[in-house]
Amino acid sequence: MTGPARGGGEVILQLERISLAFGGVKALTDISFDVREHEIRAIIGPNGAGKSSMLNVINGVYRPQEGTITFRGQVRRDMDSHEVAKNGIARTFQNIALFRGMSVLDNIMTGRNLKMKAGIFEQAIWFGRAKREELANRLKVEEVIDFLEIQHIRKTPVGRLPYGLQKRVELARALAAEPTLLLLDEPMAGMNVEEKQDMCRFILDVNEQYGTTIVLIEHDMGVVMDISDRVVVLDYGKKIGDGTPDEVRADKAVIAAYLGVAH
Amino acid sequence: MIYREAGQFKTSYEADAAIFPIRQDRIGIAVILVLAYLVMPFVATPYIFTAILTPFLILSLAAIGLNILTGYCGQLSLGTAAFMAIGAFASYNFMLRVPGMPILVAFALSGGISALVGMVFGLPSLRIRGFYLAVTTLAAQFFIVWCLAKIGWFSNYSSSGVITAQEVTILGYEFVSPESRYLLVLVIVSLLALAAKNLVRSNTGRSWMAVRDMDVAAEVIGIRLMPAKLTAFAISSFYCGVAGALYAYLYLGTVEPEAYNLDLSFRILFMIIIGGVGSILGSFLGSAFITLLPVFLSLVVAFLETTVHLPLSKAITSNLELMAFGALIIFFLIVEPHGLARLWQIAKEKLRLWPFPY
Repeated sequence: MTGPARGGGEVILQLERISLAFGGVKALTDISFDVREHEIRAIIGPNGAGKSSMLNVINGVYRPQEGTITFRGQVRRDMDSHEVAKNGIARTFQNIALFRGMSVLDNIMTGRNLKMKAGIFEQAIWFGRAKREELANRLKVEEVIDFLEIQHIRKTPVGRLPYGLQKRVELARALAAEPTLLLLDEPMAGMNVEEKQDMCRFILDVNEQYGTTIVLIEHDMGVVMDISDRVVVLDYGKKIGDGTPDEVRADKAVIAAYLGVAH
Repeated sequence: MIYREAGQFKTSYEADAAIFPIRQDRIGIAVILVLAYLVMPFVATPYIFTAILTPFLILSLAAIGLNILTGYCGQLSLGTAAFMAIGAFASYNFMLRVPGMPILVAFALSGGISALVGMVFGLPSLRIRGFYLAVTTLAAQFFIVWCLAKIGWFSNYSSSGVITAQEVTILGYEFVSPESRYLLVLVIVSLLALAAKNLVRSNTGRSWMAVRDMDVAAEVIGIRLMPAKLTAFAISSFYCGVAGALYAYLYLGTVEPEAYNLDLSFRILFMIIIGGVGSILGSFLGSAFITLLPVFLSLVVAFLETTVHLPLSKAITSNLELMAFGALIIFFLIVEPHGLARLWQIAKEKLRLWPFPY
């Protein structure tokens, strides 16, 4: 179980009364919750509950019609993905969103694009700052590669990798940005038990070693209940439960909506 | 067995990030450079210089330009020739209107002008993509060439529309002979190709490829789409502009809008499709292929007529080139969309293991 040190930190992400609609379709209605520093926060709910929309709101892909987001004390309403990334939020996607034409190494290096400041002319002559930055960032990327145990595939084009490894490379790309907050959209979807165990281990290690706060969406209840500190439950775009795994598991509304009612 | 990196251990990330990390590749490129710089000037005939080598190099440069935009950044363009035309006319006007303008500076500045225009025509790419973007670049092709032909100022009110390019003189040396022109083009193209290779392996290039492969993911990790796409348009147009200036000054000898028609745009597009989309090497391979194909076909026709005595009508021989182009494009799109560069890659992978199957 989770120790008291984890998840006991200050609130770093506060979502207040978020509502998001696409035309007449209400994806999210009046949702508020918070994420504390260093915790693993899970978002669960049936298909179409608005989980991915929630992540898209947090990292600026969607702009909610109502509500405010406070990240590390900064209130924002309109912010594009670029600024969100600059503020230290990284994510992975439900359907693998790797750059298929590039090698594993290049994909992960792309995760560090915000750390590179050299101008285009310096890069064209591969000299001075451009070269220094490239090599310094490569060092960081290699650390991530070591951490996720993907040394053997660093030069492989990602398109050739099996699904489980692609998921891991995507996590590596997000980690390369050294995020404060990491959003994981179904990191274990479609994996077998062994791959899931590996992924769980990586998520816990990231949380522990780097102190990264993690928000994850996951369907595997065993995993969610095991690794998360607190769980938010969504259904039809509304929040129906929030608390520790044990509280959520005991919640009547959650059981009815998601885990199923015994007939 | 010959092509194998066994025993070549890299002890630094610098060595690993080199352009040619494998020794055999370095030897290969050195041989090519020696051939191009030291052997060719002594063995090639003027015909080979003017009809094959010089246009091959210039069109390679244009193909690199298009490859940066289409191959690396994923923005299809049919306006390559128009940006080349801008380069040619900008050079002409710099040389004409600025007294004492050095020709190399004029080439560089004309690339800059072309880059600016390229960025303007790249603006629609922020809203539209794919075929619709291709159509706007097609509009650029017609609009720019039309402008250059219709607005007299660009051609200094020349009555014929065909202007003789100024002489190319650097530090008092006149580039008149075919081999001197070839060498000048070779130097410029090698330097710019090296710069392009450096760009595509650094952060800018990765941003372009990220935008090409998955733009939402690119945005989420902090790449801004607008600067990424616009730099691709700018750099691509710069290369095309310089190539256009070289085409006018060191190949055609004239500056005329008609030389930069849609046909040329398509030829360059074919080059990158056949050579390899998203590959600097592929730009050269495609350019070589398409420059050499007509020569090869005319040899075949001559052979058929003289040796086999196969009577070929003029209509067939003149269209043979177009038919071959069409067939090859279809072949490559179906069988190997990544072109000759990919075939070379596969050959290298096979060579690593040869003589064993795996």
